[in-house]
Amino acid sequence: MNSLLVSKRLETERAGNLSTGPKTEERAMANTDRPLLGGGAAYDRRRNLKQKIFFSLFRGAAAVNGIALLVIIYFMVANGWRAISWEFLTQPPMESMTKGGILPCIVGTFCLSFGAILVALPIGIASAIYLNEYARPGKLVRLIRLGINNLAGVPSVVFGLFGLAFFVVILDMGVSIAAGALTLGAMSLPVIIGSTEEALKSVPDTYREASLGLGATKWQTIWRVVLPSAMPGILTGAILGISRAAGETAPIMFTGAVFFTPKLPTSIFNEVMALPYHIYVLATAGTEIEKTRHLQYGTAIVLIALVLGMNLLAIFWRARLRKKLK
Amino acid sequence: MTNRRQTTEKSMRAMFFTIATASISILFLIMLFLFKEGLPIFKTVSVSDFIFGQYWYPTSDPPDFGIFPLIVASVLVTGVSGMISIPLGVMTAVYLSEIAAPKVGEIVKPLVELLAALPSVVIGFFGMVLVAPFLQRIFDIPTGLNLFNASLMLAFMSIPTICSISEDAIHSVPVALREASVALGATQLQTIVRVVVPASISGISTAVILGLSRAVGETMVVLMVAGGAAMLPESIFDPVRPMPASIAAEMAEAPVGGEHYYALFATGIVLFVFTLLFNIVADYVANRYRQVGEASL
Repeated sequence: MNSLLVSKRLETERAGNLSTGPKTEERAMANTDRPLLGGGAAYDRRRNLKQKIFFSLFRGAAAVNGIALLVIIYFMVANGWRAISWEFLTQPPMESMTKGGILPCIVGTFCLSFGAILVALPIGIASAIYLNEYARPGKLVRLIRLGINNLAGVPSVVFGLFGLAFFVVILDMGVSIAAGALTLGAMSLPVIIGSTEEALKSVPDTYREASLGLGATKWQTIWRVVLPSAMPGILTGAILGISRAAGETAPIMFTGAVFFTPKLPTSIFNEVMALPYHIYVLATAGTEIEKTRHLQYGTAIVLIALVLGMNLLAIFWRARLRKKLK
Repeated sequence: MTNRRQTTEKSMRAMFFTIATASISILFLIMLFLFKEGLPIFKTVSVSDFIFGQYWYPTSDPPDFGIFPLIVASVLVTGVSGMISIPLGVMTAVYLSEIAAPKVGEIVKPLVELLAALPSVVIGFFGMVLVAPFLQRIFDIPTGLNLFNASLMLAFMSIPTICSISEDAIHSVPVALREASVALGATQLQTIVRVVVPASISGISTAVILGLSRAVGETMVVLMVAGGAAMLPESIFDPVRPMPASIAAEMAEAPVGGEHYYALFATGIVLFVFTLLFNIVADYVANRYRQVGEASL
């Protein structure tokens, strides 16, 4: 009897402290005059059934995501694989973009995304080094972090507006690889900072202590010990950054990419075509949208392959790193 | 020798600090240019007419610059997508961190990450060429490019954000809490619903806010799939024109320095303020209600 009281009280306490969900179950509990240990079969059966139902729901939710990805990829590939050929990858568009290939788009996307990473990587790594190695917690660091978080939340089209007003008009770069890459670089910065910080954090403190103990300065420690051990992690982040930049459309619409330009870029102040913008243009603004459907699917496949390929590379690389660290 | 080392040390520190402020500087520049190019529109239209004006006819004569339908469209699209993405995202996070066998998790997790990696233009294209005709057929509606379709596509863009941040939050709940709950005789489901989720609710809220913020700002999907009509929708199957779609679609035709150009930048300000608010709230929730060990429960 005594133990019954104690556990009843425990139960009500637990309910009071932790429960935010529906209280019906507690009421059900209070109404069953089940013995506390063993037995209570009806109650147990009910809550086990409930658990089974809910777990299937959770499982279903997770499955929906996986299925969505596979469905998207399946339909793209099923509809577009016929468009992929050597000519498609190596020729410029022809006959007002109703025939031919997408070489200028591939080259343009390559220039824009690598340009973006050239801008974002040094700045991002240096920011992460400051935040993780030098800074002491305080208002200033909090402000910098707030800035990074908010930069990460700025809508891509607003980056486009910024790039247009600043790089294209004020700095007079015109619509060019330079303006597009700088805009994309600004957008990738938070990603690079985040992944670099994670990489720096995974370097054990004993490494730093050993180096400092040998008489090295902080900078020597960072340059010769911390950075080399963090490098694979940083590069993984860089790959992810490139793939993000390659897939973006809105930031380059007004800053780097154009409808159509037959020649390949020769300087960073040339305008280019880009894969994502090409899909958008063909799918919405072309003169014969239905006729170029296969080209649209084909371009989408190339973009997906490019982006997912880089991501898979980064995921596997990271998994291997984690295993190594363990 | 020591002296030179110390100088290098100091200058390195100063350099890293300077570079670390780059993010804030960029954010500041973004605001500066949005306002510089956006504020001139308020010489011709008052702020309240701009925000609450019912008509968006930027190219007619005289033009109408009222972005109320665009704001409503953005809010609706985000809200409906949230109804899909929040349950799916949080449930997936719970599944991955509490229920899934490690082997299964190792497969599902990369899938969710890859979903996040799909370029938005591809999702927009998918919604346009495959989902739209499908919706049009089964619901017998005039166009498949509408509010519902856009929300559906947006949901799948914000699920990865919601899922991965929630998962981190759930993961950081101390094991001792789960053990205590199970030791008291609770089932795994009861433990999840009454212990694990309440303990990580601040992280989950942050995840939800950031996911919605991503949906508000997402451009290509709403540009390609939402239908583009700048009107107040009467049903969930009406075409709409959210703010990012309007900016992206019209910027190419708006001459630099014209009224239309200014109006689009002003729309950008509104959009920017929306996401800024979302992010500040997320940051506040994350810091204010952070679970510290087992003490604060």
